[in-house]
Amino acid sequence: MAEYTWPGPKDRNIIGTRVNRLDGPAKTTGTAKYAYDVNLPNMLHAKILRCPHAHAKIAKINVSKAEAMEGVKAVRILNDVGTEIKWSLDEVVAVAAVTEEIAKDAIRAIEVDYELLPHSVNEKHLSVASNSQPAEEETTGDPDTAMSSAKVRSTGSYGLTQIAHCCLEPHGQVSEWSDSENVNVWASTQAVSRIPAEIGDKAGIPASNVHVDTQYMGGGFGSKFSADRWGVECVELSRDTGQPVKLMLERDAEVAVAGARPSAYGEVEVGCDVDGNVIAWSSKSWGSGGPSGTNSPPIPYVFAFENQRHQHTSVATNTGPARAWRAPRHPQGCLITMSALNDAAGELGMDPLEFFFKNISRTGARANLYKEELKKAAEMISWKEKWHKRGEGRGPLRQGLGLALHTWGGRAHGSNAAVVVYPDGLVEVKLGSQDLGTGTRTIIAMTLAETFGIRIEQVKVNIGNSDFPQSGPSGGSTTVGGVTGSTRRAGINALNMLFEKIAPELGVAVDDLEAVNQVVRSKSNSLKSLPWTQATAMLGVIPLTATGSNPGPGKLNDSGVGGVQMADVSVDIETGVVKVNKMVAVQDCGLIINMKTAESQVLGALIMGITYALTEERVFDDTTGRMLNANMEFYKLAGIGDIGQLEVHMMTGPEHDERGVIGLGEPPVISPGAAIATAVANATGVSMPELPLTPDRVLAALKKGGVS
Amino acid sequence: MHAFEYASPTTKEDAVKLLNVDGAAVLAGGTDLLSLMKDNLVEVKRMVNLKSIQELTGISYDGTSGLKIGAMATLSDIESSSAIQENYPGLSQAVDGIRSRQIKNMGTAAGDLCQRPRCWFYRNGFGLLAMHEGKSLVTAGDNRYHAILGNQGPAYFVNPSSLAPPLIALGAKLTLLGPSGERQVTLESFYRIPSTTGEKEYGLADDEIITDIFLPVAENVENATYEVRQKEALDWPFATASVALSMNSNKVHSAQIVLGHVAPIPWVSTHAATQMNGKRLNDNGAIERAAVEAVKEAKALSRNEYKIQLARVAVKRALLRASGKEV
Repeated sequence: MAEYTWPGPKDRNIIGTRVNRLDGPAKTTGTAKYAYDVNLPNMLHAKILRCPHAHAKIAKINVSKAEAMEGVKAVRILNDVGTEIKWSLDEVVAVAAVTEEIAKDAIRAIEVDYELLPHSVNEKHLSVASNSQPAEEETTGDPDTAMSSAKVRSTGSYGLTQIAHCCLEPHGQVSEWSDSENVNVWASTQAVSRIPAEIGDKAGIPASNVHVDTQYMGGGFGSKFSADRWGVECVELSRDTGQPVKLMLERDAEVAVAGARPSAYGEVEVGCDVDGNVIAWSSKSWGSGGPSGTNSPPIPYVFAFENQRHQHTSVATNTGPARAWRAPRHPQGCLITMSALNDAAGELGMDPLEFFFKNISRTGARANLYKEELKKAAEMISWKEKWHKRGEGRGPLRQGLGLALHTWGGRAHGSNAAVVVYPDGLVEVKLGSQDLGTGTRTIIAMTLAETFGIRIEQVKVNIGNSDFPQSGPSGGSTTVGGVTGSTRRAGINALNMLFEKIAPELGVAVDDLEAVNQVVRSKSNSLKSLPWTQATAMLGVIPLTATGSNPGPGKLNDSGVGGVQMADVSVDIETGVVKVNKMVAVQDCGLIINMKTAESQVLGALIMGITYALTEERVFDDTTGRMLNANMEFYKLAGIGDIGQLEVHMMTGPEHDERGVIGLGEPPVISPGAAIATAVANATGVSMPELPLTPDRVLAALKKGGVS
Repeated sequence: MHAFEYASPTTKEDAVKLLNVDGAAVLAGGTDLLSLMKDNLVEVKRMVNLKSIQELTGISYDGTSGLKIGAMATLSDIESSSAIQENYPGLSQAVDGIRSRQIKNMGTAAGDLCQRPRCWFYRNGFGLLAMHEGKSLVTAGDNRYHAILGNQGPAYFVNPSSLAPPLIALGAKLTLLGPSGERQVTLESFYRIPSTTGEKEYGLADDEIITDIFLPVAENVENATYEVRQKEALDWPFATASVALSMNSNKVHSAQIVLGHVAPIPWVSTHAATQMNGKRLNDNGAIERAAVEAVKEAKALSRNEYKIQLARVAVKRALLRASGKEV
C-alpha cells in the first residue's frame, strides 16, 4: 500500500523552494487571456439597465424603443414590474447588441417608472439606524463583578466602513451555445467546478452540458463564487440570439453591487488588574452588509477572557449586498479587539508588546506560536529600539508602532485530480480548479515534480475547466491544501502503478522503489535503477492514468494558523495624513509548497490591508441612496508609493511541516487594519474610532483627543 | 454614444470657425471630455480636435518677455521644461502632483485649466449645482471634498485645476481667440462662480479657444506649491496652495497666495498675501499669520471642516517651501 505523506525535509528538492509563477510570462506579456479578453466571431455585447434608486418598486417598464433600435438583438427584463428593488444599481433590464455603444444607447432608451420607497444607507450611528436586529448577548463568567473589581478600566469606540471588493477584472462572462444543448462559458470565477450546476439549473440543461473555462482571473477576493444573475442572463441572451454574448460589469456596478465587506462598529470596555492581566471584557457591536444586515464579527478576537460579554446588532441598509471578503468577519473582529486591548495597555502605561505577552495564555492553544511570532515580528520592526509611550514625540510628523494578532482555519477543500504519465516521461494533470493569481498552477506542478522526481517543466498542468475532475471553489484559504492533496495522491497512485510495471524488470519489490532526480531506483540497492524516461518508456504506447482525491488517505493537510503583524507609521498631525513606513508579517501555514508565492500572498494581503486601513470606503448619499464613489477615482486604492516597506517571515521547521499544507489566502489580510490603527494611536496618543484613516477622521480624532 | 462630427483643423482660425455650431466641443488631450461623454454628462455634436494645430504647441522662454506656454503643450512638456523648473518651480511642483503618467502625456495646459469639476454629485449626473427637488444635495450629503471658501451657494464644487493656482500666483494671462479676434484676460478673471444652472465656471465662449498662456519674468520671485494629499499615487489633493513672493533685497515686496481645491474658483487670498509684505521670507510669525488669514473667511459645510485646517497648512507649507524649508 502506498503511503500518502509529504517527503521529509531531507528528501524535498522542490517543495519549499522559491519558484516563479509558471504563468508569469504570459501575464506580463499580455498573452494570458482573461474572460474579459475573450472575443468570438459574431459576438454580441450585453449591458444592463440598473435602478438609480436605493429602494423602489418597479411600476412600469417600456422596452419598445430599445427593441426597435438597429443593432439590438435581444432585450430581457430581469426584474419585472412589481419587483421591490432594495439597493441602487440593482439590475432591471439586459440588452444584447452588436456593439457595446449600441447596447449602452439601448439601455438608455428604456423607460422605467419607479414608485420610491424610504431608504436607509448609513449605519454608523446605531441609535438612528432604522432597521436593526439585536442578537442575543453572549456571556462567559461574571463580567460585571470582574469589571467592577478591575484596577484599570479602558473604554473605546472602533469601527470600519463598508468596503467593496473592487476586482480589477469585473464580474462577468462570455457565453456561447455550441449546439442547442451545450453552452460554453468563459467566466471570471473563483468556482469553475461549481458554475455548471448553477447555470444548468437556471437554463434547464444538465450541468454536464455547461462547459466553464477560466484560465486566468483578475481578482475575486470572495465575490466570485456564483454565476450571478448577470451570468445566467448572459447565457439566456446567447440562447435567445444564437450568438455568443459578452457581459462584463461596468466599473460602477462592479464597485456598487458585485461585492462588499460589511461594516462593523464596536464599543468596548476592558478591565485589567494592576499587572496588566485582562480580567473583564464587555462589548457591543453593530454593522451592515446591505439588506440582510450582517452577523457579528468574532469579538473578542483570538483572545478568550474568563469574564466576557458581547452583544451584536445587525443593521439592514439599502446598499449593494455583502459577499465573502477575504477572511469574512475577521478583520472587523481583529480591529475592534486589538484596538481595545491596545488602549487598555495605554491606560496601564504598558508597552502593548509586553501587555500582549502578559495575556498571551488567553489565546489558548496557539499561545506559544504567538509568543514566537511576536518575538520575531518585534525583531523585524525593531520594536525595542523604536517603541515609545503613546503620543510621545515632537513636531508635525509623529512616528508610531502598532501590532495585531490573527487566526484562520484554512482547511483543504474537496478536490479531484487525474494524472497521466506518458511514455516519453511527461506528466499531465487535470483538475477543475482555478488559479486566481495566487500561483495555484505553479504549486500543482511543484507537487507533481516532487512526487515523480522530475523537473517542473516536465509537468503540464491543466486547470480552469469544468470538464476536468471537480475541484472546490477557491475561497477561505482552502485551495492550496485541496489541490496539493488530490494531485499528491494521484501522483503517488500513478507512481505506484509505474513501479508495479518496473519492479519485476529490476527484480526488486514495488515498495523498494523510489523516484528521485530523474531516476527510478531501488532504495536498498543503488545499482538497480532506471532513468525516468526509460522507466516511463516501459509503459509501451499506452499512457498511465491515476486519480487522487482530497480528502483521502494519509495526512497531507491541516487547518488552524496564527499570525502576527506590526506596523510602523508616520502621522502628520497637522494634516492627518498617515503613511505606512514599514509593515512586518509573521505567519505560519504548515508545510509551504512554494516559498515565493506564499510570501507574495502575504505581501498582497498587506497591500490590500493598507488600502482598507487608509483609503478604501463605500460612500453613500443619504438623500438619493446612491453610491457616490462607484468608480476608481474616489474609491481609492493604494498605489505602489503608498505601501511602504513590507517584510514577510514565514514560519518553517519540523513542527510546521509535519502538519501538512494549510491555506494562506485569508490570514494575512486580517491584521493590517488593526496594526496600522494602533500604530497611529501610538504615534499620536489618540485612539482612532473609524477606518479608513483619512485626514478628516484622523484630524477629528486628534481634535477630540486634544492633539493638534 | 450618439454619432458626432469630428473635425481636425490645422489652424486656430479654422478651429474657431468649426466651433460655430451648437453642441461643438473642443478636444484637447481628451482626458476629461471623453469621460464626460461616456458618463453622458455632455452630448457632443461636433468634436473639434486641436492636436493638429502646430502653432498651439510648444513652450518658449526668454529673460525679457517671460514664458509662453502653448495651449496644447502637454503636462509632460511643462514637467520637462528646464525654463519652468528654474524660474517657476511652483508650476513644476503642481505638475508633479498630477502623478498619472498617462494624464501628463495626454493632458494639455489649457485642458487642465478648463477641465470640469470632479464633484461626485456632478459626475453622478445630478448637475454642476447638484440640485435635487429644489435642494442642494451637497449641503445635505457627503461634502467632504467640497468648498470651504466661496461656498455661499448654490455652487459648492471645487475647481480641480492643478496649474491654475501657481499660474495665477505668478500673474498668468491667457490669449483667447474667437470669431471676432483675439483678446487677453488674466487667468484670475477667467474663473467665476456660477449662480444659476447652465452657467459655466469659466469665461470661455462656446466658439472660443485658449491659444496661449503667458507668465511674466519671475525675477526675484520666490515661488512654490504645496498640496495636501493622502495618496502618493493618482489622487486629488484635499487642498493646495501656490505662493509667489516678489523680493526686494531680502524682504517681500509683494506676495500672491492662491489656493486650489477649496473653492469653486482658484481662490486668491489677498488678505493672506498682505501678511507677507515687508517681511523676511523666514519670518515664521508672518507665515503663520498669512496661513490663518487665508482661511479666515472659510466656512465649513457639514463634512468638510477639516479642509479649513488643511488649506491653512497648505499655505504655511507653501510659504515655508518658498523660503527653502520642507516639512
